[in-house]
Amino acid sequence: MLIPQVNQPLGGGDIIGWILQIAWLLFFVVFMFYGQRIQLYVMIREIEGSLNKLKLFRDEGRKNAIQTIKELGKPETDPTARVDQFIEYFAYPPQSMDPAGIVWKVEHLLDVMDERFKDEVKMMAPAADIAQTRNIELTLEVALDLNYFYKFVRHFYILGKKTLSLYVIMQLQMVLPLLMRMAEAYRSALKAVTFGQPIGDGAGALVAAKLMQGHEKRKIPKDCVVATVPFEGRTAYVVKAEGPGGNVGKPGDAIKQIIEENEGKIANIIMIDAGEKYEGEEPGEVAEGIGAIIGGPGVDQFKIEETTLKYKIPVNAVKIKEDVGDSISTMRKEIFDAVNVAIERIKRVVRERSREGDAIIIAGIGNTIGIGQ
Amino acid sequence: MSNEVEKPSKRISYLFLAIILITLALSTVALYLALTEYDAGSIGSGNSLLLIGGSGFVLSLYMLYQTRRKTMRLGIKEQPVITTILCQKCGFKNVRDFQRGDYVFKEAEPCPKCNEKMSVASIYREVEEKH
Repeated sequence: MLIPQVNQPLGGGDIIGWILQIAWLLFFVVFMFYGQRIQLYVMIREIEGSLNKLKLFRDEGRKNAIQTIKELGKPETDPTARVDQFIEYFAYPPQSMDPAGIVWKVEHLLDVMDERFKDEVKMMAPAADIAQTRNIELTLEVALDLNYFYKFVRHFYILGKKTLSLYVIMQLQMVLPLLMRMAEAYRSALKAVTFGQPIGDGAGALVAAKLMQGHEKRKIPKDCVVATVPFEGRTAYVVKAEGPGGNVGKPGDAIKQIIEENEGKIANIIMIDAGEKYEGEEPGEVAEGIGAIIGGPGVDQFKIEETTLKYKIPVNAVKIKEDVGDSISTMRKEIFDAVNVAIERIKRVVRERSREGDAIIIAGIGNTIGIGQ
Repeated sequence: MSNEVEKPSKRISYLFLAIILITLALSTVALYLALTEYDAGSIGSGNSLLLIGGSGFVLSLYMLYQTRRKTMRLGIKEQPVITTILCQKCGFKNVRDFQRGDYVFKEAEPCPKCNEKMSVASIYREVEEKH
């Protein structure tokens, strides 16, 4: 419709009118045949931007790990090469064609990995104490994850460019916002783990730490502490991972041991953990429910469920809500304040779900970095 | 690290730049012609040229803007981390920036008021919400 109108006033021989006509025709032809290709290049450019950002994150993680090892570990040799090896580590998952016994295989794998990481850190940072060793281990794990994010995105970016496949690039572009969100969360975790600051995931451990203040604590396998606390007229066994180094312990083993020490005579278990919030919810909201609330690969949850089923012990849960970024970065004020709200909720649950004189377990789940006891 | 297989390129292709510049030039010409058509009293042709020239001009300027090399912004603002040291006896509070080695419930220096041992009561960061 437009072309004749443009052409007419300029006259048939007007060179500019012809150029405009040809330009418009070319515009349509190019978009008709190369539209997809143009879309592909636009997507590739977007991915490039994110990839550059991921590279910066990865380099920052690596640099932080090397610096922390040098500062805290006082190594005799330069740890750079060893850190570069470490951030390439992988754990090959066990075969699950026959799923019976998979929990113990996963547990064994995690134990081996944990031991291997600890040995590596000891070799890299011989002067670090236990808490510092745990923090260096966490710093290295964050650097490892940032390296993985970068390599994963780069793999599909290069593959997409090699094959010029819209579908390879499109898949990556679709998941990229979520991946970047995760990567940014890990990047913000770097400072917290390097300096040993409490992180959002430690909200449950902080609840337990507050409850056990002023009471005698004893160590319990594995890497946990327990205190016997008079609580609302009941005897509460308060459990958390041993701090203040970065550590989640094995609350599954700890809870099992306490139950067996009491010959199964536990009236109720209350577990407190940080849990992911939905968008639109406020960080630090407290919710309550039932079930063994514990993240990770599932080994501890399995053990708690097995033991509580054996002795028919009800498990109640209190969740402190936060998003993934908050859970691995320095604990924000709202979450710190929510700990007192969670304690009040625990008191109410205990009053309503058990009788005076009963024995109960209160387990604060989560990474106890920056939180003592 | 020696694993730099391919660095993501930040440069724009010259062909792409040439296409944008040609479109910009043609759009400018179309806008000029639209003015001459209005002067000559041909409102219909002037409108058509204005539409073509205007859309081409805006599109090419937008594409040119997009090709600018973006400076890398990490987008994460460092937030202050606060340590509060509290005397359980008299309630004296010392609020300061976090220092390496601080942890919640760590024993701290004696209270300047009552000389009782103080301890770290809280460590947190304050987040300014964007509205």
